Amino acid sequence: MSGSVGLSLQASLHRAGFSLEVALDVAPGEVLAVLGPNGAGKSTLLGILSGLLRPDSGHLRVGDRTLVDVAAGEFVPVHRRGVGLLAQQALLFPHLSATANVAFGPRARGVPRAEADERARELLAQVGVGELADRRPSQLSGGQQQRVALARALAPQPGLLLLDEPLAALDVDATPAMRTLLRRVIRDGKQTALLVTHDALDALVLADRVVVLSGGRIAEQGATRDVLARPRSSFSARIAGLDLIPGVASAGALRTADGVDIHGSSVEVADGEPAVAVFPPSAVSVHTERPSGSPRNVFRVRLAALEPRGDTVRLRAAAPDGAPAWVDGLAADVTPAAVAEMGVDPGDDVWFAVKAAEVAVHGTHT
Amino acid sequence: MTQRVSTGRLAGSVAVAAAALMVMAGCGGGSGDSGAQGGAPSGADAAPQTLNVFAAASLKDTFTTIEKQFEQENPGTDVTLTFAGSSDLATQINNGAPADVFASADDNNMKKVTDPGLTAAAPARFATNTLQIAVAPNNPKGITSLAQLADPANKVVVCAPQVPCGSAAQKVEKAAGVDVKPVSEEQDVKSVLSKVTSGNADAGLVYVTDVTAAKDAVQGVSFPDADKAVNNYPIAALKSSKNQELANKWVQAVTGPTGQQTLKAAGFGAP
Amino acid sequence: MTARTTVRHETGVGLPWWMWIPATIGFALIALPVFGLLLRADWAAMPSLLLSDSALDALRLSLITAAVSTFLCLLFGGPLAVILARARLEQRPRLLGAIRSIVLLPLVLPPVVGGLALLFLLGRTGLVGRGLDLAFGITVPFSTAAVILAQTFVAMPFLVVSLEGALRTAGERYEAVAATLGASPALAFRRVTVPLVLPGLASGLVLAFARCMGEFGATISFAGSLEGTTRTLPLLVYLQRESDESGAVALSLLLVVVSLVVIVVGRPRGMDGRG
Repeated sequence: MSGSVGLSLQASLHRAGFSLEVALDVAPGEVLAVLGPNGAGKSTLLGILSGLLRPDSGHLRVGDRTLVDVAAGEFVPVHRRGVGLLAQQALLFPHLSATANVAFGPRARGVPRAEADERARELLAQVGVGELADRRPSQLSGGQQQRVALARALAPQPGLLLLDEPLAALDVDATPAMRTLLRRVIRDGKQTALLVTHDALDALVLADRVVVLSGGRIAEQGATRDVLARPRSSFSARIAGLDLIPGVASAGALRTADGVDIHGSSVEVADGEPAVAVFPPSAVSVHTERPSGSPRNVFRVRLAALEPRGDTVRLRAAAPDGAPAWVDGLAADVTPAAVAEMGVDPGDDVWFAVKAAEVAVHGTHT
Repeated sequence: MTQRVSTGRLAGSVAVAAAALMVMAGCGGGSGDSGAQGGAPSGADAAPQTLNVFAAASLKDTFTTIEKQFEQENPGTDVTLTFAGSSDLATQINNGAPADVFASADDNNMKKVTDPGLTAAAPARFATNTLQIAVAPNNPKGITSLAQLADPANKVVVCAPQVPCGSAAQKVEKAAGVDVKPVSEEQDVKSVLSKVTSGNADAGLVYVTDVTAAKDAVQGVSFPDADKAVNNYPIAALKSSKNQELANKWVQAVTGPTGQQTLKAAGFGAP
Repeated sequence: MTARTTVRHETGVGLPWWMWIPATIGFALIALPVFGLLLRADWAAMPSLLLSDSALDALRLSLITAAVSTFLCLLFGGPLAVILARARLEQRPRLLGAIRSIVLLPLVLPPVVGGLALLFLLGRTGLVGRGLDLAFGITVPFSTAAVILAQTFVAMPFLVVSLEGALRTAGERYEAVAATLGASPALAFRRVTVPLVLPGLASGLVLAFARCMGEFGATISFAGSLEGTTRTLPLLVYLQRESDESGAVALSLLLVVVSLVVIVVGRPRGMDGRG
């Protein structure tokens, strides 16, 4: 789709009470997720990349173009960067039809109207709203608007696409489909992108790598699954907040490397593709005896720690001898009363059980 | 004259305004004809006797002088003078403004008040006024006659024909056979005068008394046909006055010797 | 009757009943005097009163000067609003605030004061007027240009206020998006900013035009009053009232009609609600 290019950034920016100091690289066609608490510097980072903010020092290269080089006095303004943006709000131009919105970028670059419109219609069809091409934004649902906005951001064929929490403002109903669409368009289109998100799932599904920002510095980085499965910073632990089991998709379930099937419902992932099974710790029940009955996934674990968290206690699992490695790090949230009743302590072996209905299987990157 | 607005008066005004609003909101229909009835002489200020005199704007200096003498001769009396264009005052009186005496700059506007029978007695003439050409000090344009006002090189300002000083101007122009082309026809004589004093106009047709009152700011140029338009100043006590005796005393003060002397000094002609 | 005292968290689901009382009084205060004019009007004489030369001259002059003044408000006030809303003066952060305060002055100043100020600046003996007179023989007062200047003076803040408000409400997010799509600042302004603020701009223009049509104080003190040249409709109403009340009422009604047309026809239909 686009001339996939890489990105290399090294920048610092200082303001009263805040400073950002980052260095990061994104390979051509790679998707990098940026996670971090509020005030960590995510917006500042996006601002520097898009050109809305001028760093105090450093440089930014996208492909073979130098967009910012503070020492050399180089600063390319926003509209000449070829850096696209899809924000939380669709921000479609309210006075233009969907087609005209999408054609806006190509038109701004001098593409003749007919050609720009045609490309816009193709893109709209590609994001699944081809039949809404003539509508005004006010006649579109939130999810439809965000699809049009995606098409619009892609239309000028940006070398780099910035995604600023693109799913955060959508209805719960519209989120999965949009996430899937982004996965298809961005990843399969080999679009170099930088994704800012709060949602571990977005990172998991969309990103190859994750960078965790904290206080303006990179606190942690690595392959998405590694960072989320074994969080090393308290933030990534909190944001992960989810139990993850890696494997490959297999007939609506997930098969782990050691051949265990985790039952759940799959979301647009073909058999044999790399995937993860995801469920919240609150969905996990804890038993001292192996439970039986309704279809559920049951894992034998050794308790590594008990962490009080307000109303609940988080039980963190380690793999007992002979158990698969993916058990390590799983968490279960139970009430203090339940913990007292079971009378368990770290080092005890217990059973974690989770209903298939609570488990989602998502495709991931390798 | 009372300068300060007492809180009592202010509260009274607010109450009247609010009441008027309520009435308007309540009865939709008949509010067309009667204006706000009785501007409510707010609070019967018990202590001194008060007298409300409505007078034409050109009487400002003379009536202020007469007021001082009047208040000295009638201790415990508080005269309040209201100056405005005669037609404005006539309209206000017809709509129930709390005036005791009305002094107009022409018969026409006095007639507006006598016609509905609002005066207590027939109006008395107490002064006359004639027109003069007002020019800048030292008369830089050398204007000495009415005819020169027709020269387009001179920017001339007059009153609009609809107001007394304007109809007077028309009369003298007609009598002298001069057709003045003004750059502006002002609403009142003070506006004409200010256009001359500010230097925006070269000449203006105003009353003799205005030239006198302006002192050094302008110079007056008399012309022969001025006597073709003599303005009469009538004065009358009003029926609605709560103090007829005091109102009559004011009329006498103005028409009497001391009042006449003051008026004469200001350039007014004898009635 | 139940008194619902709090409606804080809901929108558009009922009002406190008492709200109707002051609202009715407020409405009556505006509507009834106009209604009173209708009752006072001499309908039989209306055609001749309105078709008199002086009335037609005044109406023509009012419409022309108001249109020209509104255009001048757009020409100069538009960019002023854009700068007030968008300019970043990092060295002089207070400057824009100071400029805004001065631009809004005519909103609170009595128009007569504005007229006098214009006279002291552009009058024959004024700061600038003296130079104009000596150098080019141009005198501004008593000319139609003076009427236009006076109207522009009093009406410009209306345009600036509504346009600046519209610009601030719209924010710069759309322009930022346009820039990421490759639009230069000029293109973004033309294709995004202007269409976005069009409703605000339109209502500003309507307000400015209406203010121009009604302008009296600054005009009479700066431009004077001469039929066909400087005597606009409001000036004629004021003058006519001296000699002929029914004529003044007829002209007042004419102004009411013109104003209603401006408000009803010109009131912008938001582009935001529907396409």
